[in-house]
Amino acid sequence: MSTAASAGVLPRVPARHAVSARRRARERTMEVLVGGAAIGAATLLVIILGYVIVRGAPALNIAFFTERPLPFGVEGGGVGPAVVGTLILSVLAGVLAIPIGIASAIFVTEFRSGRLAPAVRFAAELIAGLPSIVIGVFVWAFLVRGVIGHYAALAGAIALAIIMIPIVARTVEEVLRLVPQSLREAGLALGAPHWRVVLSIVVPTARAGIATAVVLAVARAAGETAPLLLTALGNLFFSTDLLKPISALPIQIYQYAASPYDDWHTKAWGSSLVLVGVIALLSLALRLAVRGRAR
Amino acid sequence: MRTFWRAIPAFLAVAVVAAACGGSGTAQPSPTTASGAAANPCGIPVTGKCSSEAQSLSGAGATFPAVIYTKWIDEYNKVTGVQVNYQAIGSGGGIKGITDKTVDFGATDNAMTDQQLTDAKSPILHLPAVMGGIVATYNVAGVTGIKLTAETLSGIFLGDIKKWNDPKLATDNPGITFPAADIVTVHRSDGSGTTAVFTDYLSKVNATWKSKVGAGQTVEWPGGVGGKGNDGVAGAVKSTPNSIGYVELIYALQQKLGAATLKNAAGKFVDANLDSVGKAAVGVTLPDDLRASLTNSSNADAYPIVAMTYLLTYKDVADKGKALAMARYFWWGTHEGQAFAKDLGYAPLPADVLAKVEAKIRSMTSGGQAVLPAQ
Amino acid sequence: MLVPLTLAGITLLILLDALPSVRRFGLDFLVTSRWDPVHAVFGAGAYLFGTLVTTAIAIVLATPIAVGAAIFLTEYAPRAIRGPLAFLIELLAYIPSIVYGLWGLFVLVPLFRSEIDPFLQRTIGQVPVIGALFGGSIVGTDLLMGGVILAVMVLPLLVAVTREVLLAVPPAQREGMIGLGATRWEAISGAVLPYARTGIIGAAVLAVARAFGETMAVTLVAGNSSTTIGPSLFTPGYTMASAIANQFTEASDPLHFSALVEIALVLLVVALVINTAARLLIRRVASGPQGLVI
Repeated sequence: MSTAASAGVLPRVPARHAVSARRRARERTMEVLVGGAAIGAATLLVIILGYVIVRGAPALNIAFFTERPLPFGVEGGGVGPAVVGTLILSVLAGVLAIPIGIASAIFVTEFRSGRLAPAVRFAAELIAGLPSIVIGVFVWAFLVRGVIGHYAALAGAIALAIIMIPIVARTVEEVLRLVPQSLREAGLALGAPHWRVVLSIVVPTARAGIATAVVLAVARAAGETAPLLLTALGNLFFSTDLLKPISALPIQIYQYAASPYDDWHTKAWGSSLVLVGVIALLSLALRLAVRGRAR
Repeated sequence: MRTFWRAIPAFLAVAVVAAACGGSGTAQPSPTTASGAAANPCGIPVTGKCSSEAQSLSGAGATFPAVIYTKWIDEYNKVTGVQVNYQAIGSGGGIKGITDKTVDFGATDNAMTDQQLTDAKSPILHLPAVMGGIVATYNVAGVTGIKLTAETLSGIFLGDIKKWNDPKLATDNPGITFPAADIVTVHRSDGSGTTAVFTDYLSKVNATWKSKVGAGQTVEWPGGVGGKGNDGVAGAVKSTPNSIGYVELIYALQQKLGAATLKNAAGKFVDANLDSVGKAAVGVTLPDDLRASLTNSSNADAYPIVAMTYLLTYKDVADKGKALAMARYFWWGTHEGQAFAKDLGYAPLPADVLAKVEAKIRSMTSGGQAVLPAQ
Repeated sequence: MLVPLTLAGITLLILLDALPSVRRFGLDFLVTSRWDPVHAVFGAGAYLFGTLVTTAIAIVLATPIAVGAAIFLTEYAPRAIRGPLAFLIELLAYIPSIVYGLWGLFVLVPLFRSEIDPFLQRTIGQVPVIGALFGGSIVGTDLLMGGVILAVMVLPLLVAVTREVLLAVPPAQREGMIGLGATRWEAISGAVLPYARTGIIGAAVLAVARAFGETMAVTLVAGNSSTTIGPSLFTPGYTMASAIANQFTEASDPLHFSALVEIALVLLVVALVINTAARLLIRRVASGPQGLVI
């Protein structure tokens, strides 16, 4: 990102007399157009968030979080199982994905002499580019139909983990590259073996950056829907058994959005608000943490 | 291995969930309502909690009966504490789920085919649960009480009748002024028993439909918009002006959408209601495996598009606790559960069908041993 | 080690399950559009068509806006608002796909059905040839809607990558033009954009990959109806990813199942090819899409 600093704002337009009115008008028009594009894009976010907040807020009450869904067409109840399910799935997926992601990043940056490192890096990039539904199909075939034998929370968590691994790996990789080479050399000069230097010097130095990676990955996984439809299935009840189907907020939003019931539509907005709220809090906390570290 | 995985959620539940949700992650057994306690708490009829049955079941399938199934689940949970998770993903999903054994039980509105039964891992039971009518539900501003013949209904879904003010519609509905608007047909985007029954009917009454489209859970629609599930179709009809779709009666009732009066095989225009839906089964003798089509009944007062919706289970279920929990749940649903049918727009099972269902439930085994105590 | 193995496992398993359909239908799978489980004939042409059209709409709508926004962020915006503005646009990437779908379904669809679609039909719809794009009856959930939602969704990715690419253009390029008396826009269009062109194309290609496989939002708004391939964007459409999401858990017929897995295989291959190509393109300009993990 060293280029960021060098590409500054261009100098102002050359002195007035040097530029014809037509060129000046063109310059103004373009400035307005590109400015409009940027502001328009940012406004989109405000509009979408506005809708989510305005339409979702009325759905939020205690029952929304503590009760389970009522039968079709019956007003009331809540999406408690989905809230719990999303927490379990995200945490479990994180527990599975984060160590693997970090390990592969370390492998790629610190042990790059091997021929395998580029292959790992490339594979991570490709997995990151796969549509999540494809990962859902794979996990269904491998776990739901195969190893586990039925729809299960564990299958959902593994699908999310596969999505998270490349995100963690690539973000951590960027961070590790920023650790000064001199630190590594200092460690090695003291006679420490390579792995020791990595674990005791490089990784601790990059701690904050690794936290960034984790938050990014969790935020992304929490909102995934398509792979969960094929793996976690959904559950009307509170469930913490990893070998049973489990609910999740995105599944609930999907079911409720497509339904004809106004009460469920409101709950879909409410669920969206909770989901977006959690993700926003995570990324905001992250931004503050990063900024705090920079000072 | 399994115990290991089960230990993780316990940890998670304590560390993460319970803190946030006040321990709502655990099941709350409801007060036992066992009045006049039966000698065997695990027998039938179901009167309360049974400790030797599985405390949770996983089922998936038809959306057609989802309204009553989710109601049963809620009530049954109060009686026994058992958590029956039913995911309304479509009848195709019910059949696939039971075939692959990815769920404990399936649900479908149209019986499995011989081929599908052969593909399954072991013999499967079809247990009729309730009956329901499939209505042509529409959303045309200011228009109510539409009458449709089999010919106009199939013409609309074939795309031959494109506008609401088509002369064919006008002939059957002299009192109605239709708008000159395009008809938007709404059909299912997922594999659906409702679709199978609806297209089964259209195939019976329209030769062109039969040769061009045919009957099945997913067919190649000549046009229109897709919605997922009965609820998705109802949602799409509700939000799309000038649309017409097909859903189980209750979905139209709940949304206060119009449901067309259909001309039955006897030439009479009939509304879908509990009475006319129930009439479709009168005089029909179900085969031994209970698989049957009830559409286009020749009964003079019967509504023409009627389905018996099925619960699907293996005859022999290795897991004893699950086998018992399912047998008891199915028994409760087909007995006590029938009381909820009327309010929810379904027709209860006729007595002769129920007798056959009882025999089927009693025939369920686990490892070759009968699941329910002998009478 | 696990990472390449996972990729290999995904590819292998999907390939295996798709095999019956691949054997049965061969190339016809992609070029015929009869998807008929009743008669066990499967051609994904209509799904492919829906995917291509919605993706094309998304790229056509989003690219100019994204390039404009990126130019503003790198070349025009005062330093004080650069960060916050970029952050806001970046946040769009964090909104889950399903939430876009919900918003599209309850906000955009009614708006398009009652206002925008009729307007398009009255105006552009009357022009010969291109008017056909806006013909037919208006439903609201259609190919156009799918494309619009995708455009919103790929916007942050496009802005972020384009911005990286623009920042990588050496300042000397701009300074040269300015020194010759060019205005800012002249410097951008004459020196910066030509230099960044390859990278911007790479960004667009990455966006194509994203739009191609996007599932939930499109499933909620595009109509999910597969039979008609026609010129009108007001036709309800069906994308490949939506077909999997809608039908996968219920394809009880083995060939139907295999056909759906073959769709997943097509998505997989396209994603692998596009991502490889796009990364090569971007690397030629910037040192890589650094820190870009959306």
